[in-house]
Amino acid sequence: MVEKLMSKVYYLMSPQTMTKIQYQYDPKHFENSEPTFFKEKDLTAEEMVINIGPQHPSTHGVLRLEVVTDGEVVKDVIPHIGYLHRCFEKHCEALPFNQIIPFVDRMDYLSAMNSEHIYCLGVEKMLGITEEIPPRVEYIRVVMAELNRLASHFVAVGAYAIDLGAFTAFLWMMRDREHILRMLEWASGARMLYNYIWVGGVFYDLPVGFEERCQEFIDYLRPKLQELQDIVIFNKIFIERTADIGVLPLDLAINTGCTGPMLRGSGLKLDYRKTDGYSIYPELDFDVPVGEGKVGTKGDCWDRNYVRVLECYESLKIIEQCLGRLTTDLKRTRDFKPHQAVPKKIWPEKGDLYFRGESPKGELGFYFRAQGKRDVPLRVKARSGAYSNLSAIGEISKGALVADLIAILGSVDIVLGEVDR
Amino acid sequence: MTFQETVAHLQEKFGPEAILSSEPQGLQEMITVSVDRLADICQELYAHEQCYFDLLSCITGMDNGPKEGTMEVIYNLYSIPFNQPLCLRVMLERNAEDQEAPSVPTVSHIWKTANWHERETFDLFGIRFEGHPDLRRILLPHDWDGHPLRKDYKEQEKYHGITVKY
Repeated sequence: MVEKLMSKVYYLMSPQTMTKIQYQYDPKHFENSEPTFFKEKDLTAEEMVINIGPQHPSTHGVLRLEVVTDGEVVKDVIPHIGYLHRCFEKHCEALPFNQIIPFVDRMDYLSAMNSEHIYCLGVEKMLGITEEIPPRVEYIRVVMAELNRLASHFVAVGAYAIDLGAFTAFLWMMRDREHILRMLEWASGARMLYNYIWVGGVFYDLPVGFEERCQEFIDYLRPKLQELQDIVIFNKIFIERTADIGVLPLDLAINTGCTGPMLRGSGLKLDYRKTDGYSIYPELDFDVPVGEGKVGTKGDCWDRNYVRVLECYESLKIIEQCLGRLTTDLKRTRDFKPHQAVPKKIWPEKGDLYFRGESPKGELGFYFRAQGKRDVPLRVKARSGAYSNLSAIGEISKGALVADLIAILGSVDIVLGEVDR
Repeated sequence: MTFQETVAHLQEKFGPEAILSSEPQGLQEMITVSVDRLADICQELYAHEQCYFDLLSCITGMDNGPKEGTMEVIYNLYSIPFNQPLCLRVMLERNAEDQEAPSVPTVSHIWKTANWHERETFDLFGIRFEGHPDLRRILLPHDWDGHPLRKDYKEQEKYHGITVKY
C-alpha cells in the first residue's frame, strides 16, 4: 500500500511531470497576452519594461501598469485597463431606467450611494419631477451619500497607508468604516451595493432610532479623525514618503480632466456640490478644502490625502445639519411615504441630458438620451472620475522612483470598477 | 458668455456653414458643428478668453442605427471660471459593414482628457479620430472583433477557445 502511494508521489515529482506543470517561456506568450505599448526597439540599452499588475495588490484592483524603468527611475508609465469591464453601457441599452440603478451601484462599489444619488437626480431632472421629491426623502439621501463618502475616503486613506507600510491606520479605518456599513445595512439591507435610492424616492424610511445612532457615531468619529491625522497624516515617515512626490500642477490637472480631491489637492476650489448646487446642498453650510502645499509642494500626494481627511470633517458637518432637520421639522411621521413621488412609468421626454455630480472620486456624469414613450434609454454613458484621474498618472510619475510610483498610484484613489465600468 | 453669445461668436468667426444648428430649447443646449472645423472650433472655445472652456468633461459616442444612417460624437465642455457648461456635437455618416468607418479630427492636443475618451469611443463604436497619438482599444482586448455599442454588432462565436455567447 505504502509502496503504491510512494510510486505515485515519485511519478508526480518526476522530471517529466514537473516540466509539464512549470511555466515555460515562449516568446509567443507576449503576443497572445495584451501587447505592451513599448516594444524592444523603442528602448535604449539601460531601459527595461516591468509589468506591475493586474494581480498586484498595490494596484488597488485589476490594473496593469507597464513601467519603463532605467534602474530605479521610472521613465514612463502606460496603464492598461479593461480587466474589470462589465459592459455597463451595453446593459443600459436593454434595461429600464429603474433597473439600471443596481448596475450603477457596481461601478464605484466603495461609494454606491453617491452613484445612485447622482444617477437618480439625473433621471428625475429628465422627468421634470425634481421639485416633487419630498424634502425628507432628499435629506435622507444626502445623509446616506455623505456617510458613504466617509466610508470611501476611509478606504482611500487606509489603503494608502498600507501601500506605504503603515498597517495600524488601515485597521482603524476599516473598523470605523464597519460602523458606517452596519448603519447603511440597517437602513437598506445591504452592506455595499444598496439599491436604496430610487428614482423619485428611497426604498424605505429610516429605521426607528437611526438618527440618534448616527449622531452618536459622529460624536465618536471626530476624535478618531484627529487620531488618524496624528498617526498618519502628520507622521514624519508619512510626510517624508509623500511630500513633493507626484506633484500635479493645476493647469495639467484641469487639462487631463482630473476632478474631485485630486483637483482640489492641486489648489482649485471646485466642488460641484457648490457650483451646480444640485439636491439640497445649497441649503447646507460646508467648506471646500483645498491643498495648500503645507509640508511640500502644492498638489503632491500628501495634499491629496490631506484634502480627503478634511473632506471627512465637512461630510460630518453636512450629516449633522441633515440630522438636525430630520429630527425636528422633517421628523418621521406615520403618514410619510418614501415612495410618494416614485413615478409609475419612467417615461422621460425625448432628448438628451448630461447630469453630473460630485462623487468621492471626482466628477461622476451621466449622459442620457431618452427615446420618449419608452422606459428604456437609447444610451446612457457614464463618465467616471477615476477614469480621467488615472489618465494623469503617466504625466506625474515620470522621473519618480518605482517605490514612489506605488505612492502616486495610491494617492489617485482609483476604483477599477469605475474605471472599467 | 451665455449660450447665445457663444453661438453668435462662433458663427461670426467660422461662418454659418461651420455651425450647422444650435438648439437652446429642451433639456440641454447643444451646438451641432461640421466635422471639418471641429478642431478649430474647439481650439477657439478653449483659447478665447471670453469662452475659456478649460475642462472637457465627457465625450459620448452614439450610434443611431442603420435606419437613421447617422452616428454622433458629443462633447461636454465646462468653463470653470465662468461656471458655464457647453455641449458640442458632430454628426457623421454611418458606415455599413463593408464601408470604411467615419472619422473625426482629434481634440486630444487641446485637452489631454480627450485622449482616453476618444480611445473609448473608438473601442466601442469604431469611429476613428484623425491625428490621435495612440488610437488603440482601451476597454476591450486588442484582438476583439467588432465594436459592441454599434447597433449592428454581432458577438463573435469564440474568443481564444472560450464561447462568448452564454
